[in-house]
Amino acid sequence: MSASAAKSTVVAATRPRRRWHWALALPLGWLLLVVFLAITADWIGLPDPSAQELILRRKPPSAEYLLGTDNLGRDMLSRIIYGARTSLIVGICAPFLGFLVGGAIGMSAGYFRGKIDLLAVGFIDILLAFPSLVLALTFTAYLGQSLFNVTLALGILSIPAAARVSRANTLAWANRDFVLAARTIGASNWRIITREILPNLLPPMFAFWLVAISVIIVAEGALSFLGLGIPAPQPSWGGMIADGREALDVAPHTALIPAAVMFATVLSLNFVGDMVRNMVDPRRSAL
Amino acid sequence: MPWIFRQLVRLVVVLFCVTLLTYMIVNILPGDVAIVILGNLATPEDIAGLRKDLGLDRPMLVRYFDWLGSALSGDLGRSYRNGEPVVQAILDRLPVSLQLMVMAQVIALGIAIPVALLSVRRPGGIFDRISASAAFGFLAMPNFMLGIVLIYLFSVTFDLLPATGFTPMSEGLWDNFVSMILPSMTLGLIEWTVLMRVLRSDLLTTLKEDFILLARAKGLPPWRVLLQHALRPSSFTLITILGLNIGGLIGGAVIVEQIFALPGVGRLLLGGIFNRDLILVQGTVAFIAVGFVVINFLVDMLYAVLDPRVRHVRFRS
Repeated sequence: MSASAAKSTVVAATRPRRRWHWALALPLGWLLLVVFLAITADWIGLPDPSAQELILRRKPPSAEYLLGTDNLGRDMLSRIIYGARTSLIVGICAPFLGFLVGGAIGMSAGYFRGKIDLLAVGFIDILLAFPSLVLALTFTAYLGQSLFNVTLALGILSIPAAARVSRANTLAWANRDFVLAARTIGASNWRIITREILPNLLPPMFAFWLVAISVIIVAEGALSFLGLGIPAPQPSWGGMIADGREALDVAPHTALIPAAVMFATVLSLNFVGDMVRNMVDPRRSAL
Repeated sequence: MPWIFRQLVRLVVVLFCVTLLTYMIVNILPGDVAIVILGNLATPEDIAGLRKDLGLDRPMLVRYFDWLGSALSGDLGRSYRNGEPVVQAILDRLPVSLQLMVMAQVIALGIAIPVALLSVRRPGGIFDRISASAAFGFLAMPNFMLGIVLIYLFSVTFDLLPATGFTPMSEGLWDNFVSMILPSMTLGLIEWTVLMRVLRSDLLTTLKEDFILLARAKGLPPWRVLLQHALRPSSFTLITILGLNIGGLIGGAVIVEQIFALPGVGRLLLGGIFNRDLILVQGTVAFIAVGFVVINFLVDMLYAVLDPRVRHVRFRS
């Protein structure tokens, strides 16, 4: 048994590691490309993403329109790149907001325990029992559809998950000897939380944040798909897929191209997120 | 049994908070339902009159406890739009959502269990690696995207299955089944990935136990060891996740129902949000939340029943 176990751990430890590094180039490259294009969208000579050319509607990809045109004759490439901007802004900011609030809740719950913990866990339970899409829908319907409001709504939705991660990690770290040592020399709770516990919380939170980005990008797509996300002329991947659905039989590229781009992005994010989590989670990497 | 009692108290508190929260959120939605119903040309007197008829002129908390009182006796009010009782509207749509949920779970389990069993036969082997990659890929697909791709493949390209629309069971079991294949595939093809991963990792843990060694030592063929000895004790996390999924889908799947034009609870809710039909939204959300919380509660119980170790620890403490 020991021989086969040793063999399998060797295989598990060496082979995936080498493969991971090679395989990581592709998703990282794709993500960098998406980020680069989203940032430089205004300066690389793209046509206006909302300029309509109705005679040229639903054209397949060609030399002039690299990815073709959509139902209203708008340039798909330009819309996808400007859509990336939308997805990235929402995807990066919303989890960040959730982590500021949820992280604080989770840390206080895990550190102080007792009544605060009970209250926080109850709060998380309630938010989780609430259908998340409904919360986002009512929120954007109430505040009005704009980039900021969609980000805010999705940010609120990411609070419970962030609170859970930070609470679990705080619980684990708060009983360690170095925290006890800090308390012995008279450090205040604030100091212990910010100087002793928070730094240890950052790696798992960062890994979780990467995964949260892909979840939020999908959620933003879903909102736009239902027509309650970013308002119409502004391009969004989910909205493009929803528009393209109407012409799936005559111009499938209008739905399938944004779908493929979204898939590639989410897949890459999950891939990199998994990788980072393997690196920072001692239970999964050290053994 | 203090543990069960504490769980029940928690259940009631969560349900109370969820319904109150829904009531508050739904009621601060802009867009007066009276204006929606009467149109833009209505006089202020008409609007005030209708608001009074609908009971909207009373304070929110009063209305909430009023609503809660009748909700507890099984009356969720009548839709502002067409006067249909909300309970009736939900019950009409529920079978569609339940059918979708059941078919999706069958597909998900039908893929997840065999794949997990095959992949633990040789962890790190070719099948294990291919299935892990496939799971990773499917997990990255948003359901609205997968739905579109499936429509494109099965309806547009090969013309095998209907793209949208729903045939009720009363108009033919087979047609009904066919119209539900793509929607449930959309859900199931994403869900199996999580179930498979969980089952696979639990199976790997179980396979290290002594009783598996004993079964092997007895000379049982590998498939019997897997199916008869390893599967059952490895299925607890699977059941928990399954419960979460069922709880989440009891209120329908808003997006999938929207893509395939299925008249389920999810679309009822979506329509309510678009129409500012507050009482309908309130009732549906309450129903969904109650379903979710109650099913999770039941799963917790089931977990304790199925796994003697859990029961032992919890009941002694």
